[in-house]
Amino acid sequence: MVVAVVPSTIAEEASAQPKGAGRRFSWRKLRWWRGVVLVLTAVFFLLPLYAALRFALEDNLGHLTTAAFTAIVHETGFLGALYLSLRLAAVTMAITLVLVVPTTIYVHLRYPRLLVAFDAITLLPIGIPPIVLIIGVLQSTPFFLKSSPYLLSLEYVVLATPFAYRSLDAGLRAIDLKTLVEASRSLGSRWFSTMWRVILPNLRAALASAMILSLALVLGEFTMASLDLYTTLPVWIVNASARTAHVSVAVSFLSLVLTWLLLFGLSALDRRQFRKFRVVDEET
Amino acid sequence: MEAMAIGNETGVHAAVSGTRGQDGGPSEGATVQLVDLHRHFGHTRALDGLTLAIRPGELISLLGPSGCGKTTALRVLAGFEAPDSGQVIVDGNDVGHVPPQSRDMGMVFQSYSLFPNMNALDNVGFGLRMRGVKTKERRRRASDLLEMVGLSKEAKKYAHQLSGGQQQRVALARALAIEPRVLLLDEPLSALDAKVRIQLREQIRGLQTRLQTTTVFVTHDQEEALSISDRVCVMRSGRIEQVDVPSVLYANPATAFVAEFVGTMNRIPGKVTASGVSVLGREVGIRGERRGTSGQAVEVLVRPEELAVGAVGRGAGVVIGKTFYGAVTRVAVLLDGDSAVQVDVSTADAAAIDPGSAVELTVIAREVMLAEPRSSGGTAAGGATGSAPGTPTPGFVPGEPFPADRNGVDDDLSK
Repeated sequence: MVVAVVPSTIAEEASAQPKGAGRRFSWRKLRWWRGVVLVLTAVFFLLPLYAALRFALEDNLGHLTTAAFTAIVHETGFLGALYLSLRLAAVTMAITLVLVVPTTIYVHLRYPRLLVAFDAITLLPIGIPPIVLIIGVLQSTPFFLKSSPYLLSLEYVVLATPFAYRSLDAGLRAIDLKTLVEASRSLGSRWFSTMWRVILPNLRAALASAMILSLALVLGEFTMASLDLYTTLPVWIVNASARTAHVSVAVSFLSLVLTWLLLFGLSALDRRQFRKFRVVDEET
Repeated sequence: MEAMAIGNETGVHAAVSGTRGQDGGPSEGATVQLVDLHRHFGHTRALDGLTLAIRPGELISLLGPSGCGKTTALRVLAGFEAPDSGQVIVDGNDVGHVPPQSRDMGMVFQSYSLFPNMNALDNVGFGLRMRGVKTKERRRRASDLLEMVGLSKEAKKYAHQLSGGQQQRVALARALAIEPRVLLLDEPLSALDAKVRIQLREQIRGLQTRLQTTTVFVTHDQEEALSISDRVCVMRSGRIEQVDVPSVLYANPATAFVAEFVGTMNRIPGKVTASGVSVLGREVGIRGERRGTSGQAVEVLVRPEELAVGAVGRGAGVVIGKTFYGAVTRVAVLLDGDSAVQVDVSTADAAAIDPGSAVELTVIAREVMLAEPRSSGGTAAGGATGSAPGTPTPGFVPGEPFPADRNGVDDDLSK
């Protein structure tokens, strides 16, 4: 148990250290501040969650109940909003990956000097107001899409690009892309095989990260959906809060937990892969 | 300690018998011709009219300082770089427009290039998989190849679980698995420590000799090149200075650049005379194109074994160090000024030569080459380059900077 070992180690170090040793004292001081920062951060993030959970688990009289959670699926429009959000998330992830993965790999391989420009360009969606993005997408979208909810996916793709690009960029920087591609091709592999069998498997964590970030973004985005008059999950939550505040908060809480679970799942996947390597090592 | 077992001849042939003919025996390697290759990167000429013919089954090394174009030449041959002009001909066919995956050339890279998502067995079998070889046969042949490079016990390990030497051996097995027409080795040993490097190069040479695969080996390490090559191609500024067998390169360098780049070489001040050059009080002949004019002050290139220590206790030289190399001891002598030279003396005679004592040096060669002006070349700027007798590696020269351009990593212009 790491948590149990670290404090005792600190205690041993502290007890072994002569009093008045300036350097050791500063380390202890630094660790004390680390603890304070950790606690403050935890309070900052966990307190609102606790408040939301507490609110969702209470009725109007302050009694503990799970009624808000059990009532979710029966609420008018909830399943439709959830279904729409999931569909939009799937389409957004697909379009984002199809656009960003080949582009990022191509730039890394052929025009690495353009990566600086790419970094700057992909930051633009974060700085541009949503209303500008909406108008831009509307102006350039084919007519048949303007009346489709999938219009939102195109807008979400713009929003998701910075996150997806950064995940992939980090993944590509972690491997020797050029050498792997050349090794694969010298062995007779064509571009598709090289991508499918060599590059993408080594970008698995980066791809999963890009997809989960895109998913989290779609499940949490309110402004664009609201302005485009589509009832996605976040819009439904806001609308529902006016009539059933407890259910609305319960859904918000579950939405957050769902995203967390996905992120934990990603971490677990990496750990499992690491264990697999270790098992092979021990076996041989 | 890495196991360096090399499979016996039968095992080697069995491992690569898939497409080499039904008899399982080794076939002749391919003939390769590089014809008048030019390649520019911006204003830099990486290849400047490179023309080279490589014989079937030959191991030829491209040797030269950083930026001389050797890696670019290899990449052009592999198909990863397109030349601005010129031809790449393999077995009589111009492969200039053939993509890398269709050239049938196995390549081992300087950096570890194993696919991280595959274990050693799958890495070796990857090329076979791309050729549609069925799983069972693929695994059998990959296992044979891993056994051939002494790594059968590491078949299930991933790249990060293997040492650098093991990774390069897997990469070698992977390149050989496809039974390439030409094997390309791009400084495959440069990231390894000295001991593993020597072991692996011997293994490469052993396998290449048995398989008779035409092999091009790029290196900046002259010891590597001279020790395993049938012929060595010394390159400079995108051009070939000389192509020959190692012994000829050493004994009869075509140019002053080759003379200084290959083996240990002293630069000793001299003066051109009507019939040759006067150096260390003796007149000797001049060979090579560089001649000079009578009375011109020059620097003369003399190998350590072409110098002799005359009288001890008098003379203009001062012994500043001795290095024992078995039968031969290399004595460092400081001449007038700051010119330090190295002289090979039999160890028995060297016993009488102590550091600090004055000695007289004599040139015993009949002919010498005149050095290029120091500012023009990429070779060492010291009084001597090289090291141990018989192992002409760059070495320490007292009072002189180490010749970094001969030991630095090749600045691949195309990267």
